[in-house]
Amino acid sequence: MAKVLMKGNEAMALAAIKGGVDAFFGYPITPQNEIPEYLSRELPKLGKVFVQAESEVAAINMVYGAGGAGARVLTSSSSPGIALKQEGITYMAGSQIPGVIINVMRGGPGLGGIQPSQADYYQVTRGGGNGDYNCIVLAPENVQEAFDLVKESFDLADYYRNPVMIAADGLIGQMMAPVDIDKETPKLDLPEKDWATTGMKNRRTKENKDVDPNIIVSLSLVDTVLEEMNLVLQKKYTHMRENQQRYELINIEDAEIVIVAYGTSSRICRSAMEILKEEGIKVGMIRPITLWPFPEKAFAEIPESVKGLLTVEMSMGQMIDDVKISNNGKLPVGFYGRCGGVIPEPEEIVNAVKDFLGGLNG
Amino acid sequence: MDNLVFERTKGLTKKEFSYCPGCTHGIIHRLVAEVLEELNVLDTAVGVASVGCSVINYEYFDCDMQQAAHGRAPAVATGIKRVNPENTVFTYQGDGDLAAIGTAEIIHAAHRNENISVMFVNNAIFGMTGGQMAPTTLPGQKTTTSQNGRDPYVVGMPIRMSEVLGQIPGAYYVERVSVHNPKHIIKAKKAIKKAFQNQIDGKGFSLVEFISTCPINWRMTPNDSLKWVEDSMIPYYPLGVVKDGDKND
Ligand SMILES: Cc1ncc(C[n+]2csc(CCOP(=O)(O)OP(=O)(O)O)c2C)c(N)n1
Ligand code: SF4
Repeated sequence: MAKVLMKGNEAMALAAIKGGVDAFFGYPITPQNEIPEYLSRELPKLGKVFVQAESEVAAINMVYGAGGAGARVLTSSSSPGIALKQEGITYMAGSQIPGVIINVMRGGPGLGGIQPSQADYYQVTRGGGNGDYNCIVLAPENVQEAFDLVKESFDLADYYRNPVMIAADGLIGQMMAPVDIDKETPKLDLPEKDWATTGMKNRRTKENKDVDPNIIVSLSLVDTVLEEMNLVLQKKYTHMRENQQRYELINIEDAEIVIVAYGTSSRICRSAMEILKEEGIKVGMIRPITLWPFPEKAFAEIPESVKGLLTVEMSMGQMIDDVKISNNGKLPVGFYGRCGGVIPEPEEIVNAVKDFLGGLNG
Repeated sequence: MDNLVFERTKGLTKKEFSYCPGCTHGIIHRLVAEVLEELNVLDTAVGVASVGCSVINYEYFDCDMQQAAHGRAPAVATGIKRVNPENTVFTYQGDGDLAAIGTAEIIHAAHRNENISVMFVNNAIFGMTGGQMAPTTLPGQKTTTSQNGRDPYVVGMPIRMSEVLGQIPGAYYVERVSVHNPKHIIKAKKAIKKAFQNQIDGKGFSLVEFISTCPINWRMTPNDSLKWVEDSMIPYYPLGVVKDGDKND
């Protein structure tokens, strides 16, 4: 086991290589620049493709082209850049093109700032693109998990022929941590990419000389045909909802309060939970790892002892919508959040838990 | 058949074109398809359809195709070509697609000298959406969004994309042609062939601009449209080679 001290962004870049990435297309933006910088250096050495595009719009459309041609493709950006990629992402979903999109989130709205944030929860889970589509969204909590999830994401994208997003934040991207870079991640049985546009020649065999063109397209001007195409996508989304919900349950047995938090927020909540434990307050946590599909199943595991759910986000409350949907009115749902790139201190969360509990008991 | 003098190109499927009567998109399709067949690259070709009247030409060209978002075809083609350089990759784009929404993508594909072939169909109007003004619409030309005729004082003079692209250092070959009569059709085919041969030879970004008709939205008969190309379009959009890397060697 080789542990290497790496910055989160570099770990994600290396994970992409380990995950078999063939090409990277991107446009610089802080706080994710170490990803393209690393790949601009390493991919050419491996005979792979690195292109710095003229914009995020161009980059995601390069991903579309390369992914449609059968390659494993990555792009990375941060919040305002992801906004520009939404057009390409809905086209990828509609045309069933796999690809991985890393979002190292920063504060918004508008140009916002360059400090860590989770204010793109809606952007990554609801998408800004048009139409009924979803991306699998994976939210790492630390550098090792960022490495693991990025590496695995290429298999997930290929398996579903669908874009996969990594929702990291500026802290995970910039933080140094030891990473096990040889760690095995789950592998999926992947079918041949017999749909890819690699030229008809590649599909002609001695037995089968008559081949049809492969066409990558999201268009149909016939409503019933477009509906059929949508239903194919929906079938995949149902499969994802049933099979890809990922979460971690931390100390929820006989907890009074369950925090719901992901990414950097959940790391800080862990520290808060230590303090609360010493004070004799029983707090557990549901940590969503997939933001989409949202881990509704976790909420079925909440024990009787729990009096309320406290959602903690580095935004003014976005995931809380999904928490409320999953909770389905059963328990009171509270919220604590900071925004603009401010990272909450554990003590703030300790106080928020106490206030919330006080309100429930009061 | 020994006495066979003409055959439908293998580069096109059997699907009937959906273009309006007198529209020269169809002629351009046939020329591109013939060139792909003659250069023997149909089997390695990957075309990129853009958004415009030619949006469903993935049903017409008998090769692998991707359909791109409006204006983004050069970026999509970049992705395809970069990961599979052995493929012959081309885009087919209208003037709304290439000269309006897709200006960044085409300029930077040229700038990077992407080894792709671009078929740029300039009919001086947005055909598909019902005849709105394009950046290429001529001064005084009536469209549904310039109903009194294009007023250059308000919206500027039409953009000559070939000249714009021709001065980009990365661009290898740029030529403007027309398909309004047989003589020009033959010249146009030569230009297409060069644009694809350049790619096969690894020379880089090659673009052919076609002056094309839109009788429906120009509100003209097919014959008058051809005449309008000759009398109005070509004087503003001069035909010929704008840039040829072979000549600069
Ligand atoms: C993002 C986006 N904006 C607008 C449109 C609507 N639209 C479809 S085709 C078109 C213009 C096409 O004109 P052109 O490229 O000149 O092709 P033509 O139809 O004349 O061949 C527009 C604006 C779209 N499909 N997508
Ligand atoms: S609208 Fe114009 S460009 Fe479109 S098919 Fe008809 S004539 Fe051709």
